[in-house]
Amino acid sequence: MTIAVGFEGSANKLGVGIIRDQDVLSNVRHTYITPPGEGFLPRETAQHHRECILNVLQKALDEAKIMLKDVDVICYTKGPGMGAPLTVTALVARTVAQIYNKPIVAVNHCIGHIEMGRLITRSVNPTVLYVSGGNTQVIAYSRQRYRIFGETIDIAVGNCLDRFARLLKLSNDPSPGYNIEQLAKKGIKLAPLPYVVKGMDVSFSGILSYIEEHLSGWLDSKEFTPEDLCFSLQETVFAMLIEITERAMAHAKSSEVLIVGGVGCNEKLQDMMKVMCKERNAVLYATDERFCIDNGVMIAVAGLLQYKTQGHTSWAETTCVQRYRTDDVHISWRE
Amino acid sequence: MNNFELIAQGAEARVYKGIYLGKPTLIKERFEKKYRHADLDKRLTKDRIKAECRAIIRAKAAGIATPAIYLANLERRCIYMEYIEDAIILKEFIDKKVSKEINDDRLLNFIAQGLGTIIAKLHLKNIIHGDLTTSNVLLKNIDDDHIKKYENAANNFVIIDFGLARTESSVEDKAVDLYVLERSLLSAHSEIPRLFSKIFDTYQKHYANKNQCKEIVSKYKEVQLRGRKRLMIG
Ligand SMILES: Nc1ncnc2c1ncn2[C@@H]1O[C@H](COP(=O)(O)OP(=O)(O)O)[C@@H](O)[C@H]1O
Ligand SMILES: [Mg+2]
Repeated sequence: MTIAVGFEGSANKLGVGIIRDQDVLSNVRHTYITPPGEGFLPRETAQHHRECILNVLQKALDEAKIMLKDVDVICYTKGPGMGAPLTVTALVARTVAQIYNKPIVAVNHCIGHIEMGRLITRSVNPTVLYVSGGNTQVIAYSRQRYRIFGETIDIAVGNCLDRFARLLKLSNDPSPGYNIEQLAKKGIKLAPLPYVVKGMDVSFSGILSYIEEHLSGWLDSKEFTPEDLCFSLQETVFAMLIEITERAMAHAKSSEVLIVGGVGCNEKLQDMMKVMCKERNAVLYATDERFCIDNGVMIAVAGLLQYKTQGHTSWAETTCVQRYRTDDVHISWRE
Repeated sequence: MNNFELIAQGAEARVYKGIYLGKPTLIKERFEKKYRHADLDKRLTKDRIKAECRAIIRAKAAGIATPAIYLANLERRCIYMEYIEDAIILKEFIDKKVSKEINDDRLLNFIAQGLGTIIAKLHLKNIIHGDLTTSNVLLKNIDDDHIKKYENAANNFVIIDFGLARTESSVEDKAVDLYVLERSLLSAHSEIPRLFSKIFDTYQKHYANKNQCKEIVSKYKEVQLRGRKRLMIG
């Protein structure tokens, strides 16, 4: 039996998760929440992680009922993400590894999402829709890589939702996306937003600037309420995501879909995907916010797979990188 | 549609095969997508049926092999078009052939010659396909002799699925069209990484407007760089 700890801090969530082989022993997270109208910036986010990380780690150990000396391998997020928060998290992971003399594994954040999604849902070889604050990708596995079939050509879908929430001054607690989802339930009228799909790629920045341009007019004239706009935004961007997922499935002849990443816990998105899957006799796999939203367990899961097939990461390579593509990682643990 | 038989469910439509006015015909039905809002669904379906018909007619006029359009019905969400007989989808052809003959340059040259010349022709007429993947290319009457004499490869290629096409376009649109193709080849056909650059070479050779060709190439590099540089925060 192998015990792995995962440290995640690439954006505004700080997480520590502990697993024993395939069992989750604990999954603790603390989120840096900014006031309405404000996004999170690297310096303040790093400060938050620095303040919380020891408590989060202790809580994860307590819940798992283990001590650091019982751990077999330390895993941390190497990237992609924001430099300063990544560095804080890596620093603690490296320190713990040194003090307790444990092997350390550097993990790609995106691979963490995918591998944890596969583990939790037991899906075998799904087409993956990876949707979060910084990423929007449709991915399928072949020949030891997760290959990117489609992606955003500008901003990520989560970033689009977050910035829209800021325009409407919605609360960031627990997350902008969650509050958009709740308001959208009361929306009725569909605003005609740009819909941009290029093959298996999508673009969101045009939608955002279109909304920026029309927002005050719409609200002042009462043509659309904030609820209508939340509803319209979700209907439009989610339809785009489902369309490119379906296109990738048709192309790759796949009949399984897995949704991962923070936006993936949106129930409206999951419901829409379910309908599409039914129309093509495919199966949808999704998880809830405990696993969709960035967390430490995902890093432990991917790190442990990597550790078992490739061993630990050499000390000199336990650095951080802001850019780190999903398809850069050699997937040694799959056929 | 009584004597028509469902043959496939593609990326966005169901396709049926049968006989219409005595001719082998394919009906492409963009059935109602229940996952999206009915208004959005209507708007997209209408736009795409129109785009597909318009682009196919333009492409045909430019001498590119595409199925002939027989009938379009916006109310019933479908297009009746020529059924291409004895054809194989390029994706399946590659999966079958190339995995065995991976180092066969003739095969790569054949595909590159066919696609490169056709895409150049489309772009010269300002037609953007919008979804250039190997699932949207048919190969007809293909045998080993054809592959050896690849100069005329374009005669064996039929381009389909113009739902995301546009018939007016900028240099950037053309560059993005090529980038979409490159990415789809890299993801679905990673075993033949050289294919795209061969296609692009042929494209440049056949792009008659040399000044614009230069602009497209440099725009393409820009688009590609943008893709690589995109910051990806988890
Ligand atoms: N004109 C045609 N003749 C023969 N087969 C066709 C024709 N058009 C489409 N097909 C078949 O139907 C499939 C789906 O058609 P396509 O136009 O690509 O629809 P979608 O937008 O749903 O992908 C194609 O991959 C091909 O196998
Ligand atoms: Mg198609």
